[in-house]
Amino acid sequence: MAVQFKKETLEEFEAIAKRYPLRRAALLPALWLAQREFGWISTDAMVAVSELVGCSPMQVMEVAEFYTMYQKKKPGQYHLQVCQTISCLLNGSEEIKKVIEKKLDLKPGETTPDGKFSYQPVECLASCHTGPCMQVNDDYHENLTPQSTEKLIEELRKK
Amino acid sequence: MAEFQPQLTRRFETKDGHQLKVYLETGGYASLKNLFAKKPAEVIEEVKSSGLKGRGGAGFPAGMKWSFVPQNTGKPVYLVVNADEGEPGTFTDRFMMLYDPHLLLEGIICASYAIGCHTSYIYVRGEFLEQINRLNAAIEDAKKAGYLGKNIQGSGFDLEVYVHRGAGAYICGEETGLLESLEGKKGQPRIKPPFPAIVGAFGCPTIVNNVKTLSSVPWIIENGAAAYAAIGTKESPGTHVFGLSGHVHQTGFWEMPFGLPMMEFIEKYGKGVKGGKLKAVIPGGSSCPVLTAKECEDLTLSYESMRDHKTMFGTGCAIIMNEHTDMAKILKNLTHFYRDESCGQCTPCREGSAWEDRILKKILAGEAAAKELDLMLEIADNMEGKTICVFSSALAFPVRSFIKKFREDFEKYCKPTAVSVPEKVS
Repeated sequence: MAVQFKKETLEEFEAIAKRYPLRRAALLPALWLAQREFGWISTDAMVAVSELVGCSPMQVMEVAEFYTMYQKKKPGQYHLQVCQTISCLLNGSEEIKKVIEKKLDLKPGETTPDGKFSYQPVECLASCHTGPCMQVNDDYHENLTPQSTEKLIEELRKK
Repeated sequence: MAEFQPQLTRRFETKDGHQLKVYLETGGYASLKNLFAKKPAEVIEEVKSSGLKGRGGAGFPAGMKWSFVPQNTGKPVYLVVNADEGEPGTFTDRFMMLYDPHLLLEGIICASYAIGCHTSYIYVRGEFLEQINRLNAAIEDAKKAGYLGKNIQGSGFDLEVYVHRGAGAYICGEETGLLESLEGKKGQPRIKPPFPAIVGAFGCPTIVNNVKTLSSVPWIIENGAAAYAAIGTKESPGTHVFGLSGHVHQTGFWEMPFGLPMMEFIEKYGKGVKGGKLKAVIPGGSSCPVLTAKECEDLTLSYESMRDHKTMFGTGCAIIMNEHTDMAKILKNLTHFYRDESCGQCTPCREGSAWEDRILKKILAGEAAAKELDLMLEIADNMEGKTICVFSSALAFPVRSFIKKFREDFEKYCKPTAVSVPEKVS
């Protein structure tokens, strides 16, 4: 189903596009706007972005696929992204992953049936001194323990 | 050491240090007077003679980089700030932007004036939303107060600064990958030469500098190159924000002059190794060859000491590992990381990183003979220096150093009777 940007978003985009000498350079910002507005980057959203930026849908897809932060699948209300790279690993990220996988019965890349939680181990979040860490949507949660992770999930569940 | 004054972190403890008012009250934008009194070429000379090196990892002299920008080409010149902090073990630029965004902007003004740039982009990694918001607010405030925009502080110099948000790709920390990304493409690095200083963003001369490199510049302009060069060591002048993560009692970051012994850093600042004796240190982000505890005994936090120990200063953020660390599992973590983050452009890197990861997986599963470790070393040799960017080498370094220095950790998984079969492609 075709999707359309709101009028305000189109205006916002035009202001952003002016920052670059080439309109094509505003493709990453356009994808961010699409994700904010539609929740994720569907192929329909890619088409809308391509019309906005003035490049082919294929070029948009190529870029959207390259960058991990553009969600090509609808994420849960709370997208749990656990850092699994070296410093977090040294301080117990494996335990954190286990808690999430067990408590929510999720494997990497999956979403709970109620659409509340999705889970994705990710690479270094640049929070190495406060590992293990996890990003829930845009927020960092640091110095996690199995207990604090359980508690966090409980709190999010109630929200 | 006693008279050392923090330059980069001086406002980290100051309440609202990120706000323009507080920034100005604490000596902010004071370098601009000296800056605009000089000719651009003089500013480049000043930074050159300060000895400031690029803090992003390569350690290339900043002033020299600036001097490569050709003048009067008729094309615009761009300054692009590399704030795509993503090297595993590295986490300090994040706080530079959060606690002192105006210091970065002041550095951007200094560098832009020196290279004749009127449009600058700060490429921030996508996860750093808080930092992006802070930077955007700082840019807006600075513009209103006449520190950005047209005719900055009556100098006649114009500069616009924009924040560009990345979207989760480690390779965009590589300067030409970053420029591709800025242009709205996949972040696949470009062949050099031409170097970005000649052909960079949008086909125009471009300088790409790290956050801390630029944040170091205002102090140099304000206090002079000689004062800066007097801090730290001869080959590594100035200060840096050094980080510690992994197995230490106190992880974190501290600004200090270059030259502190690594062991003192771990003992005094990290409060010692957690969970046992020291086994290994990755000195400056995961791409640097690992060092044994013995090698760290006479190591200092400086470019030259790291070089003498056949590793790299990198980002200056060390990862500490205790004696119970299984180095085979740690290397598996890194091969997975590089396999995941390879942009896929060059065959030795795309295939090599995945192959190393598959072999190591097989070794850890107890399904390989020790000779496969030699195969891993051979693959590493074929990955180094054979690709467009240094990403491939950045995996070859840890593979080689981990296996050579901690071979017993790998051999314990190996079975002499195992028959070498091709690993399953997964």
